[in-house]
Amino acid sequence: MTADTTETKARIARQFIQTIPHAEALGMEITQIGDGLAVITMPYDERLIGDPETGVVHGGAVSALMDTCGGAAVMSHPKSPAGTATINLRIDYMRGATPGQSITAKAECYHVTRSVAFVRATAYDEDESRPVATATGAFTVEGG
Amino acid sequence: MPRKKPEPIQVIKQRRDAALHALAGGVPYIQYLGIQFDRRGDELTAVLPFADQLIGNPMLPAIHGGVTAAFLEVTALISLSWSYLWDDIETGVLEVETLEEGRLPRLPKTIDFTVDYLRSGLPRDAYARARITRSGRRYASVQAEAWQDNRDRPMAQATAHFLMPRPKS
Repeated sequence: MTADTTETKARIARQFIQTIPHAEALGMEITQIGDGLAVITMPYDERLIGDPETGVVHGGAVSALMDTCGGAAVMSHPKSPAGTATINLRIDYMRGATPGQSITAKAECYHVTRSVAFVRATAYDEDESRPVATATGAFTVEGG
Repeated sequence: MPRKKPEPIQVIKQRRDAALHALAGGVPYIQYLGIQFDRRGDELTAVLPFADQLIGNPMLPAIHGGVTAAFLEVTALISLSWSYLWDDIETGVLEVETLEEGRLPRLPKTIDFTVDYLRSGLPRDAYARARITRSGRRYASVQAEAWQDNRDRPMAQATAHFLMPRPKS
């Protein structure tokens, strides 16, 4: 694949993610995308709190971030022709994200067949040495 | 010895509804997604009214997979907490006043969560129910299923594991 198509793919994936109403509602921003790798940041927001006593963000919001980031990674992969949908996603929660800190997910689409794309992802807060959650997922390859 | 007179139904309902309201109503993220709970006896059905901000694919349009996952996770966690607290709610160990003030006992924590997407989420209301397959002293396993128009055509199913709160020693 030429550098041009890689860049086009990244641009399309970025545009697509930016038009997702729910990603926008959660304030998600793509900081890196291309070649099957995606990094998306979600700022801390009191509306996302799952435990009012501690202010820790709800696991469901982390799931939404992981799902979006996984989909973006698939779309940016050179062997993935167009759109994608999640087939399944497993998330392991290591710890609660520190209240007040943004959460960043890094997803890697590490294998693509004609029909399925395989993804692994990790979410961090500002302490990159201790992951908040990890995820693995399978996504559809559309239009292949 | 005469049997104890049963409590008036309003008293029982008020206590149960206060407990459920405290459990789900006090969590900002549950409110943000707009999730409500329907109660019939001890059976809970979660309801996710459709809203534009829940869309994940504007072309179809379809509900965001992350929203579906969050909806199932909320359903699993609230259902598990509900069954965990049920006896204390019924016996009055948990007082209505305490619950209404939003003061809750410690709740289970998600260890892992797996969601299978079966059909794309249509732009309309979704429902979900959870089944606690095992609730032990330390760990619990919960299955949850979400559907829209037809109960027999689920849009997604999930399996989750939770760490139970340590009892006060």
